[in-house]
Amino acid sequence: MFSSADIDILDDLDEHLEPTDLEDAVDRPDRTLSAIEFRDVHLAFDDKVVLDGVSFTVRRGETKLILGRSGGGKSTTIRLILGLLKPDSGRILIDGEDITDYTEEEMMEVRKKIGMVFQEGALFDSLSVYENVAYRLREQGVIDEEEVEQEVRRMLRFVDLEDAFDKMPDELSGGMRRRVGIARALVGDPEIVLFDEPTAGLDPPTARTICQLAIKLRDLQDVSSIFVTHEMNNLKFLSSEYATVDREGQVLYEKEGETLCLINTEVLMFRDGKIIFSGSDERLRSSDDEYIQTFIHGHKPKSP
Amino acid sequence: MNPIAKFVDELQEVSLLLWGVVTGLFRPHRYGGEIIRQMDLIGVGSLPIVLLTGFFTGGVLVLQTFPTLQYYGVHNEAGRSVATSLVRELGPVLTALMVSGRIGSAISAELGSMVVSQQIDAMRALGSDPLKKLVTPRLLALIFMLPLLTVAADVFGIIGGGTVASYIFDQDVNVFLTSVRNGVTTEDVLGGIIKPVFFGLIIGGIACHKGLSTTGGTVGVGRSTINAVVLSSIWVIIFDFFLAKAIQSVFGVGVI
Repeated sequence: MFSSADIDILDDLDEHLEPTDLEDAVDRPDRTLSAIEFRDVHLAFDDKVVLDGVSFTVRRGETKLILGRSGGGKSTTIRLILGLLKPDSGRILIDGEDITDYTEEEMMEVRKKIGMVFQEGALFDSLSVYENVAYRLREQGVIDEEEVEQEVRRMLRFVDLEDAFDKMPDELSGGMRRRVGIARALVGDPEIVLFDEPTAGLDPPTARTICQLAIKLRDLQDVSSIFVTHEMNNLKFLSSEYATVDREGQVLYEKEGETLCLINTEVLMFRDGKIIFSGSDERLRSSDDEYIQTFIHGHKPKSP
Repeated sequence: MNPIAKFVDELQEVSLLLWGVVTGLFRPHRYGGEIIRQMDLIGVGSLPIVLLTGFFTGGVLVLQTFPTLQYYGVHNEAGRSVATSLVRELGPVLTALMVSGRIGSAISAELGSMVVSQQIDAMRALGSDPLKKLVTPRLLALIFMLPLLTVAADVFGIIGGGTVASYIFDQDVNVFLTSVRNGVTTEDVLGGIIKPVFFGLIIGGIACHKGLSTTGGTVGVGRSTINAVVLSSIWVIIFDFFLAKAIQSVFGVGVI
């Protein structure tokens, strides 16, 4: 959970989201454009088809949960968004901009808008937590050490890991590594954040903390995100809880109910490179599809 | 994939990697510090093993050739014999093989581990070009440091040879050094410095390519490391022949 000091960071991060600030509203990205769009994307490695005609859209401020078994094409989708892979056919758009044929150099500009949280954190072993989080700033040529430290501390506070400032990655637990990975991904306040199985192998409380960070980004930062997972607990948290701030500035996580229904989280389910479901978690749970029911319950549904 | 197609494929991959490094040199970058760090790691770090190798190779050359030279009555030319062997061939090749074992394996293992732990992907996602950030500094450091290491190995080889000639065969040190001076030409020295530049390119190119193309988790890292050392060693020896021929043609070195 997060301390009351969180609100200071949220204030910082939320500056550009203040609804009454007309100037900021003008600077905000065009909400009519999708944050991410896949149009009939195909990809195969030799004879193995990884993605077979995948099309979907992630709206601004929306979280798309991608579910599916290992090898179903979930992580590949994320790598395509970052331009780490190129599709065989189809188009990929970020902020309405077709990036499919972009060169590595052109992709560098696009990647500035995207934060990526890798499965195991993918922290640089030879760099301290501070240097890992500061990495993007250094690559962008920020040389003012005070500015770098301020930003790193802000991000580490956001993931509640300010104490780990000077530690090396091998001194951190699995959950801490993921949180440092999230802090590193959020440097530069990206409009899009991609989570590639960030809770894999973590204990339930730590996994919940990671999910709460994603919820906080979605509801308080207006960040568009893709959250790849094969764990149903993540689906439960992300599709039924929302973050809000009380009068004291404390971040609260509440469950959706009769007064509020979350519409900014949708589910995609992949099977063998194809999307077999797209919609809300309620529709997913009530689906008659045997594969989906087996995935949700861990066993085949009993016949009536 | 048949072996010839695989070879052509690998050659293309290494060539593209090297081309990427060359074109990257003309774009702005901020990795000067990393180049210095790699030079220290590759050059200073490899110095002890290269000096030891040079010293004992020079010593054993004199140990083995001195009796034969004595038999023909030309033992005063022992210095010439050991110096030309070292400067033209053994210095560059042995240094390259030692560096290939020590640095080629380290580069391949480091880059391979970064690939399997997604650090390379993270680097690209955070706006760095792994070619500029990782490959270029290592390659440049190898190209600059290998000739210097070779010169150090040559000098220590001659010292080793002189030590053996002096202490075991009671040859006067001045006789040995005069023979060295008479035997080694400027063309020999130039040829001995040009070769390691190419060897650095071979070791760096193969090690970086093998590291960056690692697949199959930690087992794959081991496989890449072995491949990097074996392939770079073989290619150093094969290239040595063609470089020796080319240097002979250009400088007339070794042609009597």
